[in-house]
This record gives sequence, structure tokens and C-alpha cells, in this order.
Amino acid sequence: MSDRMKTYKTHPMSLVFNILTKIAVVLTISVFLLIVGYVIIKGVPYLKPSLFAKTYTTENVSMLPAIVNTFEMLLVSLAIAAPLGIFCAIYLVEYAKKGNKFVRIIRLTTETLSGIPSIVYGLFGNMFFVLALNWKLSMLSGACTLAIMVLPLIIRSTEEALKSVDDSFREGSYGLGAGKLRTIFVIVLPPAISGILSGVILAMGRIFGETAALIYTAGTIAKYAGLTDSGRTLSIHMYSLSNEGLYMNEASATAVVLLAVVLLLNGLASLVARKLSKGGN
Amino acid sequence: MTQPKLQVKNCDLFYGDFQALKNINLSIAEKEITAFIGPSGCGKSTLLKSLNRMNDLVEGCKITGEFTLDGVNIYKDMEITELRKRVGMVFQKPNLFPMSIYDNIAYGPRTHGIKKKAELDEIVETTLRQASVWDETKDRLKKSALGMSGGQQQRICIARALAVKPEVLLMDEPTSALDPISTIKIEELATELKKNYTIVIVTHNMQQATRISDKTAFFLHGEIVEFDETQRIFSNPKEQKTLEYITGRFG
Amino acid sequence: MTENTAAAADTAAQKPTAKQSPHLLEKAMKALFCLCACVSVAAVIVICIFMFAKGCPAIAKIGVGNFLFGTDWSPRNVPASYGIFPMIVGSLYCTAGAIIIGVPIGLLTAIYMAKFCPKKLFKWLMPPINLLAGIPSIVYGFFGMVVVVPIIRNLFGGTGNSVLTVSIILGIMILPTIVGMSVSALKAVPESYYEGAVALGATHERAVATVVFPAAKSGILASVILAVGRAIGETMAVIMIAGNSTIIPRSLLDSVRTLTGNIVIEMSYAEGLHYDALIGTGVVLFVFILLLNLCFNLVTNRKDKG
Repeated sequence: MSDRMKTYKTHPMSLVFNILTKIAVVLTISVFLLIVGYVIIKGVPYLKPSLFAKTYTTENVSMLPAIVNTFEMLLVSLAIAAPLGIFCAIYLVEYAKKGNKFVRIIRLTTETLSGIPSIVYGLFGNMFFVLALNWKLSMLSGACTLAIMVLPLIIRSTEEALKSVDDSFREGSYGLGAGKLRTIFVIVLPPAISGILSGVILAMGRIFGETAALIYTAGTIAKYAGLTDSGRTLSIHMYSLSNEGLYMNEASATAVVLLAVVLLLNGLASLVARKLSKGGN
Repeated sequence: MTQPKLQVKNCDLFYGDFQALKNINLSIAEKEITAFIGPSGCGKSTLLKSLNRMNDLVEGCKITGEFTLDGVNIYKDMEITELRKRVGMVFQKPNLFPMSIYDNIAYGPRTHGIKKKAELDEIVETTLRQASVWDETKDRLKKSALGMSGGQQQRICIARALAVKPEVLLMDEPTSALDPISTIKIEELATELKKNYTIVIVTHNMQQATRISDKTAFFLHGEIVEFDETQRIFSNPKEQKTLEYITGRFG
Repeated sequence: MTENTAAAADTAAQKPTAKQSPHLLEKAMKALFCLCACVSVAAVIVICIFMFAKGCPAIAKIGVGNFLFGTDWSPRNVPASYGIFPMIVGSLYCTAGAIIIGVPIGLLTAIYMAKFCPKKLFKWLMPPINLLAGIPSIVYGFFGMVVVVPIIRNLFGGTGNSVLTVSIILGIMILPTIVGMSVSALKAVPESYYEGAVALGATHERAVATVVFPAAKSGILASVILAVGRAIGETMAVIMIAGNSTIIPRSLLDSVRTLTGNIVIEMSYAEGLHYDALIGTGVVLFVFILLLNLCFNLVTNRKDKG
């Protein structure tokens, strides 16, 4: 330790640099703790059972309809995005030839999709699903918009998971005379499943926290919504509450629920992913 | 002379612009062990993989020439899964699937439509016995083989290959990742299997070739320099280059 | 010999048509996989078509100059005027502010995490940083509204809804992007670079700052470009704390409206040319993002080759 201090005496800039990096880390971590801590301290006292009442009224801004809608939104958008994304990744990894032009185009487009801000998805969803297809403001319009939005995430994580499966398994399976489909579904997918799952869970987190893409596709009505009805998810619920300025306490309670679920999903995703890397050894 | 089991005529093989095999002509007789020897990168594994079309998986691989199995062209007139069922393969490193030993052995038969449990049980036991790992595995069939030694895993891989009832068994340096004792066990196994199967083995190890093979082909720079009875190759080769290689002057 | 080559050519010609798999299912599934792969391509094409087909005529109608450089946005006036210059400037200010705050902190954090951090500590410090990326933007907005806005108001006066507030929140929001990618970039630098520098008598810090960091620069640059994209596209967090007035901010404490904010705030009641002008705003944003994507690709491709 004193050895290092001696070094720092002759190289003061090194000491300064070292300290700066430490300050930065402390800042980053404390921002995280501050946000989470603040939301919890501010919100938990208002997390009353009445906020989970069956119906939403202006007196009691229950979040239950929004929670139910959120799960509906999750299910529908994943039902669209997960097969599309997983199949796309299977095509890219198992079928397409490397460096093929088509593959490069797909990679370019998925990269483009993942860079598009959610408000542009919202605009597009409004123009395409709501107006052009005349699905109106509805859960279905919202789910389709979100499905496109999370598609690149699912494609990329599935691709990584499939690539991490050792080629010798594939060789072994082909060597026994198995066809491509059997090899993919029986040999390649099982060890890749946790990687794929962690991608899907991350996508769930994205969907759960999304607001901008949904306001003008799914709408903001605080009722239980069928596929063709307009309905608000929990994030939009929170936005509406804090936007009106009348329900700040309820908004902070909603923030707790939102944060808890999103953090849980993210933690789950990395846990599942870690299981993958362990299983790989 | 009877019809050879496998025959290769005028084979050229390219990986992109690189020519890995040059005008290969070879006949492999039934129920014999044929060994391919030669320095690394000489094309011996490449030719082996062409025999059950594993090279189809390699990007940019182009093969010309005629390959026949029992006189039938394997690139034109045979379905690829059928070919690989008849010509099985054992790889350099044991590549057991991440499933139980039983499921590993049953994978091939299931692939080819055998679903009945009794039948599968029977196949699993017979092939594990054939590969002489039955005693080590019979109590842990439903478990993963990950804890077992490399040699045991490789013998399970051989059992797995045998489970689809192949006629030819291709072995790509099957002992290069194993210790000497496991190596001897695999060699004994190969000699035993010769009674029922045609075996082609690629090896780095010249002693191995002399111990187990009937015929030996010596490869250099993508060409077969010499192909003859193993005894003759190692005692009295015709070519100067073969002599240099087997006496360890290069490679 | 000629016969040989003829036979060989014959086989070569036949090979692609050789039976690959006679099973209908195999072919059908391959087609299905391929079709799914086309979806993302189709999505990008449809998004582009809709954005440009609806936005560009509106921009043309308003006049490119009037739209992009007009400083007056009053769509409800008669005659209405649609100048989004204040929003373009607003977006650029806020993004620049976010970069000024987020990039130094993010990069220093990344350097600590990748090169100075003990392994045991890394396990505890990295998850919170990654979780920052998972927090929904609405929660960031809420946090900004109830914590940062009052602080700014009390410290500097004004309403607190300002360029500065937005920059702070966006600066926090881009941290996980910068840290995550830069840590991988720094860790990917071969150890031999570092060893070489230390062997010449450089301190640990000097070796990292002068050898490892520059060697990772394209990955780091890519992370910054991605962060710029995040910042410029962020919507919900921004509108809750920006004040959203349509004038060009003159100081850090002035209210500001971004391109994204403009769309969200007025979409609910926009009709006709007003709606189209909002799409036009989206197009401008979209073009910014596409340009950033292009930069990102250039940077990462150069990395692959270099």
C-alpha cells in the first residue's frame, strides 16, 4: 500500500485519475440507489389496498385495470414477437450462409429497428395500425407496435444463444443421419433455451415500461380492455396520473409497482442467462 | 475382385479457392479397416468427411468427382440422411449431446422412426455392449455422461453411431484426445467391430495404423501418395515420400 | 484428362440439384423461418414508407425552409405556422447537455469497472448499473419531476423545468449504455498492450489511460453514438421536466421543447396539416436516428476490420 503511495507521489496525475474514476462509480451507483430508494420511500406509504380495487373511478384511481391490461399487452405482443424473432434467428444461424447479402440486410434492419426511438414507433403504429388498417386505438394496435419494437432484442439474444451451442453437437446429429429440423429442435434449441428466455424476459421488461409507443396506439382508457378496445397499461396509467397533477401520491405508488416488476424481470433475465453460461461448462 | 464398399473416383475438393483434395482415386473394401495417414492439413480428414457428406456443412466447399457406396452415387442418387445412416461417424472429440446416455444412444434410432420403448431398450443395451461400455454405464443410463472419462465418452459416441445400424464407420482421429489406455481400448474395439463393419480411420498416430488397419493410404498436400496393404506401406513403401514420412523425417 | 474434367464439371453442375431433403416439412419450415426473417426487413421498409410518404408532403407544403428553420410554431393560429427550429435546437441542446454530463461519468465508471475494480466488487457493482437501463423512462421522468425540478428551482430560480434538468436526467439515462458497451470494449483490449506499457515504467493508471483506453476507442465511440441516439429519442422522461414551451431556450434554465416532446404533446388533438406536420417532426427525428445508425455502423465496421 505504501509502495503505491510512493508511486503516486512521483505520478500525481495517476492518483488524480484513479480518484476521478472512483468518484464516477460512486456517482453512478448512488444515482441508482437514489432513484430506487426515493421511489420506494415516496411510494410505499401510498400503496393501499384500495389502489387495487376492481374498478377505476376518479375518486379511487385503481391500478388494477391497468395491471390486467399490461399482462394482456405482454401476452399478445410476445405471442407475435417471440415466434417471429426466434424463427428469424434460427434462419440466420442455422440456414443462412455466412456473409450472405440477405443476412447482412437483415442484420442492418434489426440494428435500425433497435435504434428507432419509441415515439417513432408510436407515430408509425398510429398511422399504420390505428388509421391505415383502421384497428382504431386498441390493445391489438399497441401490441403489434410493441412486437416490432422488441423484435430486434429477441432476434439478437436468440442468435447469441444459438451460436453458443457447440458445432460438434450439430455435426454429431447430422452424422447420425438426422435432418436439419430434428437437429435444430432436439439438439440445438434445448441448450439454447435459457439464453432465448433471458432475451424474452428482457423484452417483457421493455413492454412493461413502455409509454411513448402506446399512448397513440393503445390509448389511455382506464378500463379492462379486450383486444379491439382501447386500454391503458400500467406505465400509461402512471403517466396519466402524474400528468394531471392531481394524483401524485397514487402516481408514486404506481411507480413502486412498475419499478419492482421491471427490476424483478431484469434480475430474472440475468439469472437465467447466468444459468446458461454455467450449463455451457 | 468383388465390388468395393466405397469408391472414390477423380475427386477434387475446394474450400473457396483453396484446393484441399487433388484427383483422389480410392477403393475401400468391405469389412476391413482402412487408415488414412499423413501430416496435418494433408486432406485426410477432408476426404473422410466427404464420404458421408459432412463437408456439405462447410461454407464454400465444392466437390467434384464420383463417390459411390455399393455402386450407388452418394451425391446424386442417395438421400443425405439415408447416406449418413449407412455411413456413421465418430468425431475427434467425444461430442455427446447434453442429454442422458440413454437418450444419446436412442437419438439416432428415434431419428429414423423407431419409437417403441422395448425396441429402444434393446438397441441401447446391444450397442453399449458392442462398444464395451455397458458395464460402466448400465447403472446410470438416465444420467448425463458429462462426469465420465473421455475414453468412456468416446466409446458411448461409438455406441451411438452403431445404434443406427450403419454399414460403414468413419472415425476421425478418435483417440487424439484420449490417454494411452483409453486409446488401446478404442483400438481393440475397432478390431472387434471390423467383423461386422467397414471402418475408415484417420489417424496421426502411425503405430495405431500399423496395429489395427488392413490398408493404409498416405496423404500429402491433398494427394494420395500411396495406397496399399498396411504391412507393405510400413515395411516396403514404393514412394520415397512415404518412406520419409514413416521414418519420421518430416511431418 | 479432358474426359476427367468433363466428368468433374458434370458432377459440379449436378450437385446443387442433388437431393438435399425430400421431406416436405423440412422445406416448409425452412420457408417459414425465412419468411420470419423477412419480417424485420419488411417492418423497416413499411416504417420508412409511412413516415416519409406522410411526412414529406407535409414538409413540402409548409416549405422545407419554413418548416426546418421557422422559429414560430403555432399550428392553431390563422394562418398557422409550423416552424420546428426551436424543437430542433431544443433536442440538440438537451442531447449535448446529456453527453456533457453522461459521457465523462460513464467513461470514468467504465474504466474503473473494467480495469481498477476488484473482481468481487465487480459482481456487486455491475448489476445496479445494468438495472439503470431497465428503469422505465416514465419513472425517470417522475423522479426528475419530483426531485430534480424542485432542486433546480430552489438553487437557480425559475420554474425548474429547464434544459439543465433535462440534461441531468438524460445524462443519467445514457449511463448504462455507455458503461456497458465501454466495459466490454475495454476488456476486449489484449492484455499484452497493458503489459507493454507497464513494462516501460508506466503506472497502472497511465497504462490504462494512454494505452488501453485509446485501443478501445472505436467501441467507446460506438457506445457514445448509441447514447446520443437514446438521448435524442427519449420522450416521456423529457416532456415531464422540460417545460415544453416552443421558444428557443436562451439559457440553461429556460424551458425547452424537444422534437419528441412536440409529437407527444400535440398528437392527441392534431388534425389535418397539423397532424402531418407532427409526422414531419417525426421524420426529422427519424433522419437524425438513421444518420446516427450510419455512424454507428461505420465505427463498428471499422473496428471489425481494424
